[in-house]
This record gives sequence, structure tokens and C-alpha cells, in this order.
Amino acid sequence: MGRFIARRLMYAVPVLLATTFLIYSLVFVLPGDPIQGLAGDRPVAPSVLAELHRRYHLDDPLVVQYAKYLGGLLTGDLGRTFTGEPVADVLAGRWQVTLRLGLTAWFFETVLGIALGVWAGLHRGRWADGLVLGGTTLVIAVPVFIVGYLAQLTFGVRLGWFPVSGEEAGWPAAYLLPGLVLASFGVAYVARLTRSSLLENLRADYVRTADAKGLSRRRVVIVHTLRNSLIPVVTFLGVELGSLMAGAVVTEYIFNLPGIGQQVFQAIQLREGPTVVGITTALVLVFCLANLLVDVLYGLLDPRIRHD
Amino acid sequence: MKTSVHRPVRSAAALSALAVLLVAAVPACTRSTDDGNRDFPPVPGGAYSVALTEPDHLTPGRTTSSYALQVLQGLFDTPVTLDPGDGHVVPLAAESVESDDQRVWTLKFPANAVFHNGEPVTARSFADAWNAAAYGPNGWDANSYFAQIDGYADLNPADGQRPTTDHLSGLTVLDDTTLRVTLSAPFSQFPMLLAFPAFAPLPRAALADPSGYDRHPVGNGPFEMDGDWQHNQRIDLRRAASYTGARPPMADAVHFKIFTSKDTAFTELRAGHVDFVTTVPAARAYEARRTFGRRYSVRPSGTMDYLGLPLADPRYANPELRRALSMAIDRKGITRAIYNEVYLPADSIVAATIPGHRDGACGETCTYQPAKARELFDRAGGFTGPLELYFANSDPTYEQWMTAVANELRQNLGIRDIRFRKMASADLGPILNGGRATGPYRQNWVVDYPSMQNYLAGLYLRGNRTGWHNPQFDDLLSRGNAASSAPESIAYYRRAEDIALAELPLIPLWNWRDQSAWSSRVGNVLIDPYAAGLHLDRVTVRH
Repeated sequence: MGRFIARRLMYAVPVLLATTFLIYSLVFVLPGDPIQGLAGDRPVAPSVLAELHRRYHLDDPLVVQYAKYLGGLLTGDLGRTFTGEPVADVLAGRWQVTLRLGLTAWFFETVLGIALGVWAGLHRGRWADGLVLGGTTLVIAVPVFIVGYLAQLTFGVRLGWFPVSGEEAGWPAAYLLPGLVLASFGVAYVARLTRSSLLENLRADYVRTADAKGLSRRRVVIVHTLRNSLIPVVTFLGVELGSLMAGAVVTEYIFNLPGIGQQVFQAIQLREGPTVVGITTALVLVFCLANLLVDVLYGLLDPRIRHD
Repeated sequence: MKTSVHRPVRSAAALSALAVLLVAAVPACTRSTDDGNRDFPPVPGGAYSVALTEPDHLTPGRTTSSYALQVLQGLFDTPVTLDPGDGHVVPLAAESVESDDQRVWTLKFPANAVFHNGEPVTARSFADAWNAAAYGPNGWDANSYFAQIDGYADLNPADGQRPTTDHLSGLTVLDDTTLRVTLSAPFSQFPMLLAFPAFAPLPRAALADPSGYDRHPVGNGPFEMDGDWQHNQRIDLRRAASYTGARPPMADAVHFKIFTSKDTAFTELRAGHVDFVTTVPAARAYEARRTFGRRYSVRPSGTMDYLGLPLADPRYANPELRRALSMAIDRKGITRAIYNEVYLPADSIVAATIPGHRDGACGETCTYQPAKARELFDRAGGFTGPLELYFANSDPTYEQWMTAVANELRQNLGIRDIRFRKMASADLGPILNGGRATGPYRQNWVVDYPSMQNYLAGLYLRGNRTGWHNPQFDDLLSRGNAASSAPESIAYYRRAEDIALAELPLIPLWNWRDQSAWSSRVGNVLIDPYAAGLHLDRVTVRH
């Protein structure tokens, strides 16, 4: 197992190099001049333009820019945003927000999703099943920003149960509502996945055998069936951990949470190469680790899968 | 250095000139935009909060963002300010701003003013700040505001070389309370420029540690920073004990809460967690009016949307064709359908709040007259080839009204082939600056100071983006700049405006207006159509 993890971590290095270069070139190959775009209607004084170009290496060829960036990266310098803040500082200030939001949403997806799925699966064809199927279809169909604004108006403004926006109330108060909104799609998906996977396994031979041995219903469902049924769910949840971090753009915008999603959105608009690349690198790292975690979990869930 | 050389010879003419600004005891309160709070007791104390979008910088010379200006207005006293009623110049940090020839200006400052850290505010504090902003290699945003001061070119060599000096030769510190400013040409509107925050003084610390200062600016205004600027979250101000100036604050503290989404900010106002939103989205106009009633106001802004035309393209060379395009556009219909009538159709180049504005200066050229437009269009020989419309993708409403414009040009003028060139601002900027646009482009002009000259010089002077130039226009503008009284200047500027409207190198579309709404906790609300925005010092809080 240790060698497996070490090998997987080594794979991450070329993946990271390739992604940073890809993103860097994508950002810089685009035509146009970010500095002039920033200034809007008023032409920038040539002297100021020249200085800013020099400061952000905008006049160098792509390969040289990238080399300078990588050089900085090795010494822990992630570059600077166009307002002059070090990207590392921006990321440091924002990571926790996104991480808290992502983990809160992930927690909801895991607990609510699996619980709803099991509930529906065990009551197949009855009202509970219909409720879960209907409800999840609705949630999947409605775009997240509508869910977000509705939740904000209902639970924040009308009922006043949660803060409307911002993260000043801290964890968990400030993160419950955005977490639920962010998780809504995932909860629906996990519930349906769990339900169908559970139903399939409940008809399997080994379950009939377990039943025939006279085991309690609870033991049959939880220990024998659910454990096997969770493999596709774990795959989904693993990948989801990464996409929750990256996909929080809309939720962070609506709930005014100063996280990575907000920042990457602004940075792409302003064509801030270093910021975009810095955040993407970090996200790739999260994806790599999440995938590794999933693979390790497979082995624990299903003894037939071995890693060495 | 004590000297009497600087004392100007005051002729009778100079005394009556707009340029002579003697200190008024307190800038007079001209009008309150808030009628709903007449019963509000003007009791000092309390704290209130204002929704804000993250500013780029908080060092005056480093920013031109309106969000930063709202904060800086509390932290700094600029040499002068503009009267919220009609935009005339009122001394603030300076005692007087005088000139005999509109070229050499003398600024007198009081002797007792201090920064929040106790350092005295002297003529040198102003000179240092202006030199830093004008110095090209600093890369400060407000750099071009100093272009009229003598020596600016030496600090900003055109060829990208490093300048040999870091001082504007036009700035002379005569003594602690006197600054002499020499401009490169006479410019009667110069005092108005001094109301812009980039002209505020900086203490020594600002230049010693620029990034630390940007997080915690130390100013000379009625409020001081209470802790550092917490990026993307909040900026807290509290009453400055050291302040001795003309606008002592009513409230004890102001909290700026930073939002990415203006919709969310408005929702927070509805929930009662924020006291002011000065940028209510146009889409929520009806809701705001209904919910806030008298605590809702619309104030005109100097910003104008326009369609620039690439005059280098021979198809746009005929002024008749340009007028035809303008008359084929239904400004009223578009502002109603897309901006809920928050924006107003433009009927001149300058906005209605600017001294010298004339209602209907643009005449029938800016009204919707499809039949006449067609007639002009045919007389001008029509239009061949594709018509490309350039606009940025930074706001979804641009595409909405561009679609309307395209349909109107198609229907009213019969131009079949109309294409959209929609792109990021970062791409559009260089295309426009390089004169490479091949069709009408959408831009807006954000006014820096309420003078006709600001629009005319920014949009039409030789070297503008449309490629238009007219020696008579340039001449009238410089005569207006050199004139010694405001009415005289305005007369010249109006003649210049008439030429620009007759030739129509760009088509004025509509003027923006800003919507504000506030909570019932605050009163004595004055929101300025000019530079200052919400007057932070005047707000009273129920507490």
C-alpha cells in the first residue's frame, strides 16, 4: 500500500507540470492586452504601460514567461496579481473559505445523499421512493443560482435562520446555507446512485444466501449489501470533492464568500495569468489527492481490489 | 522658505475670475436628496455600514476606481471639493487656489492641518503625492491626471526610457503653506481637477512603504482607518480625532462591507444587515422603488454610453451617414426595455448635471426618426459590405441592446449584413487604441470632473479613437481653456460641442444614473452627482 501511494504521488509531478504549462499557454496565447483592457476608455500613458508590461513579464515570449514563472514557483513565489498582491497571499487568505464550503457541501452530499438513497431503495415503489425520485429530479432540473437566490430570500431574509451572505458568522453558521445549495445537485445524484446500486445488489445471490442463513435484515443491508453498493458512490464522491472546490464559483458569488471560485472568475476576466495558473495548480493537486483517496478506499470497501 | 515673491498681483479682473476661490467657512449645504428623514435628529455618534465592491487600491494616486474613491472621500481632504448642488469649486484642504493667467496657479494651505498620524500637512505633502503619481515607472493608475502640469513629459518619456528626474518641474514648494503649480498651457478648469482624490496629500510613510500604506492609508480627512483593509471583506473607518477641517463627521464609524455581487448587497440591505447600497442593479429598480420609497434615490451620473465610428473607413466618412445611423436608433425604447428607464437617452454630449449642458443640444440627430434616417442614408449613398458592431462581453446588457440596435439598423436603413464582434475588454482595448476597429464600437465615457472640457478633450481632441480631427474644434477648446471666467469658457466649449455634434464622429446613446437605497437607521443622506458619491461625514445614525 505504501509503495502504491508513493508511486501515485510521483505521477502527480508530470501531471502538474503539464497542466500548469497548458493553462499558462491558454491564458497567454489569447490575443489582447490585459493592461489596456483594465484601463477602459482612457488610454494608458505609454510610460505606465511599458512599466506594467515589464513588471508582469508581458513582453517576453511565452516560453520565457513560463520559465520565469516556474523559477518563481520553485522558490515559493507564485507571482503577483494586477493589483500588486502576491498570489500566494491571495490564495492563503481564500483557501480556507473554499475548503470549508467544499467540505460542508461534501458532508451534506455524503450523509444526506446516502441516507435518502437507502431510504428510497428499501421502500421501492412506495411513497418514500416516489418522493425521493421526484424531489431529486426537481433539484437536478433547477439551476443552482435559482436555488441559491430562493434559499437566500427564504431562509436568510424572510425567516432569518441563517446569515444572508458573507462569512463573518464563521463556520458552521455562515456555511450551512451555501453548503446545502452547493450540495443540492450532488445530494440528488448520490441519492439516485445509491438507490439503484442498492436495488441491484439486493437481488444478488450472496444477499439471498445471507438472508437464508438467517441474518437480521439490518445486518444484511448494512454490512453485506450497502458496502458493495457504495463503490460507484465513492467514485462519484471522490471526484466530487475536487469539483466542489472548483465549482463553487456561482455559490461563492451569490453568498459573497471570498473563496477561490470568486477569485478565479475575476482573474480569468482580467486575464491575470499568474493567478489563474496558481489556483489551477492547487486544484489539480486536490484532484490528484482525491483520486488517490478513492483508489485507497476501493481496497477497503472491496477486498478483491488490491494495490501492490 | 519665507518669501513674498509668490503673492499674486490681484487685479479686479482676477478677483472676479472663477479662478479665485476664497475660503468659505464651511461648504454650504445646498440640498438634501433625502426628504424622508426630515424628522431625523442630527445627533452625532453611532456607526453605519455601506456596501462596496472591492477597490483596487486605497492610495489616492494609485486608483481611479469609483469604489476606491468612495472610501478615499472619507479618508482624505483634497485641495478643493465640488458643491453637490451645481458642481462649482469649493476650497477644502486648501485655503485658496488662484491664478492670474490660468497657467501659473498658487495654492495656499492652512498651517495647522495634520495627518491621522500627527504629521503636519504641508505644501510638500501635496507635491510629493503628485510627483509620485506622475512618475511613469511607478505605474500608478491616476498618472494621466497630471499630464497638464509642466514637466510631466520628462517623467513619462514616450520611448519607454527611464526618466532622468522624479520631480515635476511645474511644482514649486514656496513655503510650508504655499505650492505653486505651473501648467504647460493655460487651463481654466484646473481647480476642478484638484477635487479628484489623486490630488490629495500623502504623508512620508506612503512613499517609504507603499504596499503597507495601501493596506492602511493614513490621510488628512474626517475619518481614519480602524485596522487594516481586509481584502474582499471589509474596510473600517472611525472618526479621526486629529481632524480640524471643514467637514467634521456626524457618525463615529463607517463600516464598508465588500460584496462581489451587487444583487447580494441589495438582498443584505433588504434583510437589514447593511445601511447603504449606492449601486442597486438596474434590474431591481422597481423592487427598490417599491420597498424603499423615500429611502430610494436615483441620481444622474456623468457617464455616457456611445457608439464610436471608425472614420478611417471610407464608408463612415460622410457625416450624413453618421447622422442617419444615429437617427435610426430608438434610445427611449432601448433604455426602457433594458435599463428600466434608469438610464436616460442622451440629447447632448455632456450630461445634464454638467454646467454648460443644453437640453437638446444634439437636436433631431439624437431622436428616433426612422423615415428621416432612411432619407439621409439614401442621400449619403447607402452602405456596402458587412457592418460590424464591436462591444465587450463584460456586461450581458451590452449584447441585449446591441441586438436591438442591429434590428433597428436592419429595419430602418435596410442594412442586411450586420455582425457582432463581441470580445473581452482586454481584446477590445488594443483594437480601439490601435485604430483597428472596422465598425461602430460601444464604449462609455466616465467623467472625471464636471466640466464640458472633460468630455470634449477626452473624446474629440486630436488623437482620439475615432480618428476624427477638426482644427476649429481644437482651437475653440484651447480658447475655452484659456478664458478667464466660467461663462466665457462655457461659450467656447458650447461652440466646440456644436461642431462635434454636427460632424458626429461618435453617436451619444444614453447617460447612466445610479440608484441608491438605504435603511431606516440612517438620515441626512446626501448623495452627490459629482465626484464624492455618498457624503460619509454628513450621515446621521439613529442609535
